Amino acid sequence: MFHRESGVFKTTYAADMALYPLPIAKWTVAALAVIFVVIVPLTVHEYYLSILNLIFIAIVGALGLNILVGYTGQISLGHGAFMSVGAYTAANLAVKLDLPFWLTLPAGGLMAAAIGVVVGMPSLRIKGLYLAIATLAGQLIIEWTINRVPAISGGAQASIQVDRPSLFGFSFNTQGTLYFFLLFFAVLAIIGTLNLVRSRIGRAFVAVRDQDIAAEIIGIDIYRYKLMAFAISSFYAGVCGVLYTYYFGIANYEQFQLIVSIDYLAMIIIGGLGSVLGSILGAVFVTLLPIVIRILMENVGSLFFTTAEMANVISGLRLGVFGGLIIFFLIVEPEGLNRLWRNIRSYFRVWPFSY
Amino acid sequence: MSEDLQFTFALVLNGVSIGLMYSLIALGFVLVYKATDAINFAQGEFVMLSGLIVAVVLTVAGAPLIVAVVVVLAAMIGFSFGLERVVLRPLLGRPVVAVIMATIGLAAILRGLGPVVFGSETRAVSLPIGDEPIVLGPASLPPIQVVGAVAAVLLFIAFHWFFKKSRMGVAMRAVADNQQVAQAMGINVERYFALAWAMAGIVSAMGGIVWGSMLGVDVHLALVGLKVFPVVILGGLDSIGGALVGGLIIGVVESLAAGYLDPYVGGGTKDFAPYVLMILVLMVRPYGIFGKRKIERV
Repeated sequence: MFHRESGVFKTTYAADMALYPLPIAKWTVAALAVIFVVIVPLTVHEYYLSILNLIFIAIVGALGLNILVGYTGQISLGHGAFMSVGAYTAANLAVKLDLPFWLTLPAGGLMAAAIGVVVGMPSLRIKGLYLAIATLAGQLIIEWTINRVPAISGGAQASIQVDRPSLFGFSFNTQGTLYFFLLFFAVLAIIGTLNLVRSRIGRAFVAVRDQDIAAEIIGIDIYRYKLMAFAISSFYAGVCGVLYTYYFGIANYEQFQLIVSIDYLAMIIIGGLGSVLGSILGAVFVTLLPIVIRILMENVGSLFFTTAEMANVISGLRLGVFGGLIIFFLIVEPEGLNRLWRNIRSYFRVWPFSY
Repeated sequence: MSEDLQFTFALVLNGVSIGLMYSLIALGFVLVYKATDAINFAQGEFVMLSGLIVAVVLTVAGAPLIVAVVVVLAAMIGFSFGLERVVLRPLLGRPVVAVIMATIGLAAILRGLGPVVFGSETRAVSLPIGDEPIVLGPASLPPIQVVGAVAAVLLFIAFHWFFKKSRMGVAMRAVADNQQVAQAMGINVERYFALAWAMAGIVSAMGGIVWGSMLGVDVHLALVGLKVFPVVILGGLDSIGGALVGGLIIGVVESLAAGYLDPYVGGGTKDFAPYVLMILVLMVRPYGIFGKRKIERV
């Protein structure tokens, strides 16, 4: 990732698809592992660990949405709802049946995948605008159902309290221990996506995105792959919802409203559509942005606004800046932060010569 | 008339007037889609913005209603022109998903910054029409719904005349039909794109006045935009008459659903039923009742 190549010398497709483009890349990954597993948890303050934890959860969700939107070219405005499906499935299983997280987590993911396939069904007949509206309908209908059916939502306030996850009697109940819990799943999601997109399935997704009719002619069953994209993507979303539930200790539908779907779309547009690194960068960026805005406003904003207005102003600004960034990146750099990173790298590839 | 029938009549009447008000907003969406093939996910936010402007001019500046109407029309036309130039024009020729996301981004900006700029409290837009319900047979309607319905019908008549008779309207239909041929015939396509957005701005301004006066103006006013999609899918995305008929059907369906189902499920059917109907339409007839059958099957 951070190594500097002197040029592109790949002669086979296998080399082009390898996870480690050069032997040195293994050292980069090892170094990153040491930093995140040993150095960060030992040195970083608990408050910053909690931010990292939120980033890890967001990475899982952003990767999932990017598989659908970035790689397969299908749009979804319903990912917030898929997360809530995962969250409430896991919360109900954990509370009513007393199941451990390593059962509720995949169960939440699978339930979300099943619902995602149902909501994705219209993609077999329609696309683009119509699909966006159909998934929007999915989001609103799921939100409404969860809110109205006490058997799912646990009645009062439509929220369910959940104990923190535990393994072999060890409970992940502080930011420091949750860090390892969430890091594990974020890394799992990253490795899973990296391998998915270079497999036959991932390349079929890209073919469906780039030219669906041509994809069908070369023998890709586009119905199957579109539904598979919806299933995998909403599985990630469901897992993301479960992680939110365990992280906050509560499943609440207000965490998964339409605005969340838009947050995640913002992540992958800002980070870069159709790229794993882009999903990660987008998740980091979008998670940090409100924190930066809050710090800025607390220091500068008090000159313009009273304290009572501040909460509204901050949430409004956050939304406005998101919207502005989405439009900015769509117009100026459709491939997002990932493209900027690649530009920097290819500049240094031949440095100090210009080409 | 029996008790049941009176109840149904009241619900249908209410649905018709609300439905006409929905068509009013949906009209803005259809105008833009028809002429420019762009999808405006921010239609509800346009309405909210107009409502905010009217409310601020009326209450803070204390101006008379006519001034507020002129100001909001001017502001929305200017806003739409600028929007087309700055955001939509660079995205011409890009995938449809890019335009969708850009308008979603726009919606986020308006919803986020609207309350910051204009203040987040709920403001009233008081029209000089009184509160006395207007009685029609066994049912009665709040006057604002009657005003909204009449405004919608008048706008539809105006646009019908515009597209059928005026030179600009005919040119716009040509652009909607085939952009390249229209350009070859000497029509300045980009100018008509801007005009379409400006017309959406005018319609939203009317929507903002009517809906703002009915619901009060704050950020939640943007939620009426969510009703636009069932209406336009049902009526057909590129059909102005479709927006009218779709609005009427959605209005009546949601009013009946709320009247008959709400007692059993504890409320909220109003926001739910239109979307269920829309999903059914998408499955069976995705181009809607009057839409062109150009939807691509995959």
